[in-house]
Amino acid sequence: MEHAAPPAWVMLAYLISGVFFILALRGLSSPATSQRGNRFGMAGMLIAVVTTLITHEVASLPEILAAIAIGGGIGWVTARKIAMTDMPQLVAAFHSLVGMAAVLVAAAAFLNPEAFGINGADGLINPVSRVEMGLGIAIGAITFSGSVIAFLKLAGKMSGAPIMLPMRHLINLGTLAAILGLIGYFTVDQSPWIFWTITALAFVIGFLLIIPIGGADMPVVVSMLNSYSGWAAAAMGFTLHNTAMIITGALVGSSGAILSYIMCKAMNRSFISVIAGGFGAEAAATGGPAKEQRPWKRGSAEDAAYMMQQAESVIIVPGYGMAVAQAQHILREMADVLKKQGVSVKYAIHPVAGRMPGHMNVLLAEAQVPYDEVFELEDINSEFAQTDVAFIIGANDVVNPAAKTDKTSPIYGMPVFDVDKAKTVFFIKRSMGGVGYAGVDNDVFYMDQTMMLLADAKKMCEDIVKALQH
Amino acid sequence: MDFISILSIFVMACFVGYYVVWSVTPALHTPLMAVTNAISSVIIVGALIASAAGGSPTAKWLGLIAVALASVNIFGGFAVTARMLAMYKKKER
Repeated sequence: MEHAAPPAWVMLAYLISGVFFILALRGLSSPATSQRGNRFGMAGMLIAVVTTLITHEVASLPEILAAIAIGGGIGWVTARKIAMTDMPQLVAAFHSLVGMAAVLVAAAAFLNPEAFGINGADGLINPVSRVEMGLGIAIGAITFSGSVIAFLKLAGKMSGAPIMLPMRHLINLGTLAAILGLIGYFTVDQSPWIFWTITALAFVIGFLLIIPIGGADMPVVVSMLNSYSGWAAAAMGFTLHNTAMIITGALVGSSGAILSYIMCKAMNRSFISVIAGGFGAEAAATGGPAKEQRPWKRGSAEDAAYMMQQAESVIIVPGYGMAVAQAQHILREMADVLKKQGVSVKYAIHPVAGRMPGHMNVLLAEAQVPYDEVFELEDINSEFAQTDVAFIIGANDVVNPAAKTDKTSPIYGMPVFDVDKAKTVFFIKRSMGGVGYAGVDNDVFYMDQTMMLLADAKKMCEDIVKALQH
Repeated sequence: MDFISILSIFVMACFVGYYVVWSVTPALHTPLMAVTNAISSVIIVGALIASAAGGSPTAKWLGLIAVALASVNIFGGFAVTARMLAMYKKKER
């Protein structure tokens, strides 16, 4: 049975929905327009859902509404309750749901092809549709199982350390080849066993691909899975000839791909080496080069308060350690006090400062730091040379000059802040023993103009605020 | 629609996506991920078709589960994006 083309207004409605999704992303070019963008996104989704419901004979409206209510309720409550520090695992969990939904839709399409209008004149599923369905279910399944592992690692329910299987590259490539081969064979033979084998293999490969990737690389993985969830939606859009799904899939696919690229660049790692996995393990194993004893200076909260009050400009470099210590609110208070005393305060954010792209910006926004005081690496890095105080809190690798000078360093080539050019550096750290993710020593500790503030970040900021108010 | 028209839409949309996403300010990359998550749940269209159709009870139930999963994402994704975006404030003057 050949599928009759839907009426023109239906195609237009899906097109409008797709355009609204483009506008949703377009709104994110500035915080000022972003909320309107988000509303465009919601409107686009509403149009797509309503159009689908009124153009299909809906035999089971109460069940559908119940499903939407249950799912929507869970989603709404989760979104209200989630802590901003937990955003990476929430996003990973959401990715897994998109993946699973794609798998279920593809499976339903395979079981009931007539409903989707993908049967050819011979009563079999169109060969082109079979490829699309095969790709859709495979990408969906990879997204699902990969995101579940990413979620478990990010939520700390599974060790962030990479799990290395012997011959994993061979196993992975073999499995991928088998999936592609079966999708090819599926075009000539639509037996159920082929379809379900593709599904099972894809679930396994998603799992195998993510377990060897270490915790430090999770920002790339989350972005990559974001991309996959888009490609899964696009593949199903091809099956359903639905422009809204195709446009969205392409948008989300590119978005995730670009974010992965940005994250890889910020860590100076090639995408292939991230995917091949194993970063965290090497760092843990070597623990950095043998440490020599070098002199360093210890500062106090009073020193920091005094120096910053005397300064004209202060740049704060926050890292994830700040969020772990829950110091963002007291840090903003410190900045407020300084600003009242006429000091210019700016925040410098490295792309890998949080645990996902843009994570640190959200954490600062939550602490009511105005977004026009927050600057990206390339926009602020030239200012350190004219800055009186660089205040480093919870960051380490992103200010390590070895990335610029030491070719043997594991972080060589990673873009870093030039804090060594500031007149004075305050470096908050729990103790002199610990090192960053990459496990390398940091020359900034031992510079003449550096004072180490050895304490819990939150406690130290509280003490500085007290000292400032004297 | 034939395959070639669909493919054209897809390829054009990839280019649009490329340029639109590069214009997103890095400060909003986390909301970007949350909102892309929400919109990729437009896959709910397929889920609705499956759950609305008669013919195969299994397909209908798979569809209904997919509707519920996609709804978690749609409501959760848009709500959490809205919550984050509301936090971004300009300097008070």
